[in-house]
Amino acid sequence: MLISFLLIPILTAIVLLFIKKDTLASQTAIAASLATLALAVFASFNQVDAFDIAWLPNLNSRFTLQVDGLAKILILLTAISLPAILIASAKNEYKQKNIFISLLLFTQAGLMGVFLAGDALLFYFFWELALIPVYFLCSIWGGEKRIAITFKFFIYTFLGSLFMLIGILFLNAHTAEHSFSIQAFIHANLTGGQKITAFALFFIAFAIKMPIFPLHTWQPDAYEQSPTPVTMVMSAVMVKMGLYGILRWLLPLFPVAFAAHTNVVVFLSVVGILYASFIAIRQDDIKRLIAYSSIAHIGLMNAAIFTNTGIAIQGALIQLFSHGINVLGLWIIADILEQQTGTRSMQQMGGLAKKQPTLAILLVGFALANIAMPLTNAFVGEFLMFNGLFILNPWIAAFAGISIVLAAIYTLNMVQKVAYGEISEKINNMPAPNKAAQAVLIILLIIVFVTGVYPQPLFTLTADTLEQLLAK
Amino acid sequence: MNAIIVSTLLGVIMMFCSWGIKTQKTQHTIALVGLFVLILSNLAQLNGWFVIDFDTKGMLAFTRFGLYVNTLFFLITFIYIWLNGEEIAKFDNQAADFYALFFFILCGASILTSFDNLLMLFLGIEILSIPLYILTGADKKNLFSNEAALKYFLMGSFSTGILLLGITFIYGATGSFHLVEPVLRASDGLPKEQMILSAGLLLVFAAMNFKVSAAPFHFWTPDVYDGAPTVFTSFMATIVKAAGFIAFITIFSSQSKALGYTWELVLSFVIISTLLVGNIVAVFQRSVKRMLAYSSIAQAGFMLFALYGKSSFAQEAIVLYAVVYSLATIGVFGVLIKMKENSFEAFNGLAKANPLLAFVTTIFLFSLAGIPLTGGFFAKYYMLNALYAAGAGLWLIIIAILFAAVSVFYYFKLVQAMYFVTGEPTMHEVPKKYTYALLLIAILLLILGVFPSVVFNYLYF
Repeated sequence: MLISFLLIPILTAIVLLFIKKDTLASQTAIAASLATLALAVFASFNQVDAFDIAWLPNLNSRFTLQVDGLAKILILLTAISLPAILIASAKNEYKQKNIFISLLLFTQAGLMGVFLAGDALLFYFFWELALIPVYFLCSIWGGEKRIAITFKFFIYTFLGSLFMLIGILFLNAHTAEHSFSIQAFIHANLTGGQKITAFALFFIAFAIKMPIFPLHTWQPDAYEQSPTPVTMVMSAVMVKMGLYGILRWLLPLFPVAFAAHTNVVVFLSVVGILYASFIAIRQDDIKRLIAYSSIAHIGLMNAAIFTNTGIAIQGALIQLFSHGINVLGLWIIADILEQQTGTRSMQQMGGLAKKQPTLAILLVGFALANIAMPLTNAFVGEFLMFNGLFILNPWIAAFAGISIVLAAIYTLNMVQKVAYGEISEKINNMPAPNKAAQAVLIILLIIVFVTGVYPQPLFTLTADTLEQLLAK
Repeated sequence: MNAIIVSTLLGVIMMFCSWGIKTQKTQHTIALVGLFVLILSNLAQLNGWFVIDFDTKGMLAFTRFGLYVNTLFFLITFIYIWLNGEEIAKFDNQAADFYALFFFILCGASILTSFDNLLMLFLGIEILSIPLYILTGADKKNLFSNEAALKYFLMGSFSTGILLLGITFIYGATGSFHLVEPVLRASDGLPKEQMILSAGLLLVFAAMNFKVSAAPFHFWTPDVYDGAPTVFTSFMATIVKAAGFIAFITIFSSQSKALGYTWELVLSFVIISTLLVGNIVAVFQRSVKRMLAYSSIAQAGFMLFALYGKSSFAQEAIVLYAVVYSLATIGVFGVLIKMKENSFEAFNGLAKANPLLAFVTTIFLFSLAGIPLTGGFFAKYYMLNALYAAGAGLWLIIIAILFAAVSVFYYFKLVQAMYFVTGEPTMHEVPKKYTYALLLIAILLLILGVFPSVVFNYLYF
């Protein structure tokens, strides 16, 4: 069953290359991604067997796909994102749209592979495969400065993942049977110093992907220049690869080295959170604002995981999902605004509430989730994470807590500029509301409030992972 | 032995067939049939069905490894000639002459995969090199081609001289040409002989570095690769180079111990400088052909890792690397041949004009850069794995990886030109059949990117 998470997107993507009609291509892709979603929902609430066949016998690497709570929650997020993105952007015009959608589906397959892989070499394989289609998507369909910026993004992450490859090679050489399985890696025979080396090699890859301050410089530019559907994939799901890597590989493999680096990493994360928040306040471009806000949120999750306390990790596990949903909603709104007004500058917007009240209400809803107001899903996760940070060090928690205030400032500022005030010329010229996109937003907003009021299903889903992580 | 004899015979036959057979097509077909026969005869020896055998006084040793590598070389040559038939015919009415030279080169290559004696090494290298000098100058009316041929000839002969000097020194110190772990002749002045032996080995090392274009002996490469007709550059940069590497490994897997710690030091120096020169200079090239020349230097740096220690890992790695690198390089050159000029700009907008061609080129470039799902990734992975298994430090692997990241810069420049820059590619007409042939190579690379072991499983069974 797990293999279908790879097969459905890949086969659909290949078929799409030959469907030249835009609407048909888009409908096919939506149907396929909804099928994946149905499977993901089924897999999340049922016991699913691992998929395991021999792959490279002389390297002792196996094609192993397996799920636990952590994987399930991210599979679910990936599966929700794709149809949401495809439906919301169904009306957008792109040249050669079938190839555009096809590459999006390839990305989905890569992401699914990353979250499912139980073998380090396979993990690396998918890690890179998720990157390649995004490289083409951004470079072909992106903004003016797309080529240079996407290349910077590519080189950054490629270099990081090469370090991870060395780490994998290094660990593999020290396992009993030269195996690549997680279990073998956990029991690898390493001295303390070697563990620190291996930890560093893996950490660079994950840190660049998230990204952690000061390795974040590729991100705002890449988010801004990419076509918005791609930004959605990158920001809602791809950055989670870094956090997932830490939870799946780094923490179980090197608990001691992990604990030894708590202070440094948490410090860097908090610096990054504040830095990104302050910059977000100054942004006029709505995409850049969301990009910086996202850096701050990811930084908080990373800091929480590195506190190594159960409560904070629980918070981060939930927030992995919640942040994806929230940021997806914000990006969809940004995309609608950009498509319908032709600008991203908030200066030129205003009065949305009068022109398109539904969209404005949705914007307010997601804005509240972005500030982690109680009753929204983000509140649950952030509350737990701040709790964990407080246990680690009250001062750190206090500094990180400033980011909540800052988030309120920039988010509400955005709402104010976009939704209220005089109706600007650009807003006034907006065409009729995009009903399909609004329907998607409403569904996402329902998820936001339902998991905000009743987060228990998410706790149940991640319980097994948490237990395993804490057992170390 | 089969391969050596049959390839020589085929070379002679090809030489004379231009008298009777005038059409290019027939000559091309004969060459392909000849190659097929060559592959069969080599397989016959590999499986022990039929072996031409006579006493070589232990100068040649036919191992499973050597014979298998032969097969791979022949297969790649087959693909190469099949793909480039029309292009080769352009230089002369008598393409048969060129095919004859290819067969002589293959004869040299099969000696290099099975020599057990330094004299045979010398012979193999010469048989391999001399036809190459001619091929480099094949474009008789082109001044650059002539210059390149002369340059290559002069420098090549000089390096062969150095090789011969080294072999003499080794003989002087050990009293033997054989490829066993060197034993010094017992005499009073042992330290002196040790010195002579080391000097000899270092001279051989330098000469071999020249042949595989490793820094700091790489200076001929860009000029020769650039000046030679593209279709022959493609052969020169692949099979010839790979054969050089097999020889290189064969010598030093037995002899390197005599150098002691110096060996690792010298080798590390050469590898790092090769990676440095190849990768860094390639970034700044304006011509795709020169970029590929430097990239081939950089790739040589990676292949040198196989010299680190003779393990089964290293053997697997070099075989896989040679195959993948050769296929990808033949592919890229195959596309380049169809361009009217060699600049990056010539590729602008290729993705729009010919999506399939752009796609296969991307696969070749990804493979050279070592991106997963192409054979290049596993080639690099196996190589690094072998390196680590041989006890090299992690620092060397990190350096290798950093340069692999640098290589992305220049390979992706071409991808960017094809996909992201709008323009009209300046190219000759590309027949459908030709594109499909390239697609086949790309598919081979993709298969190797998922199941790399198909290449070297036959080393053992």
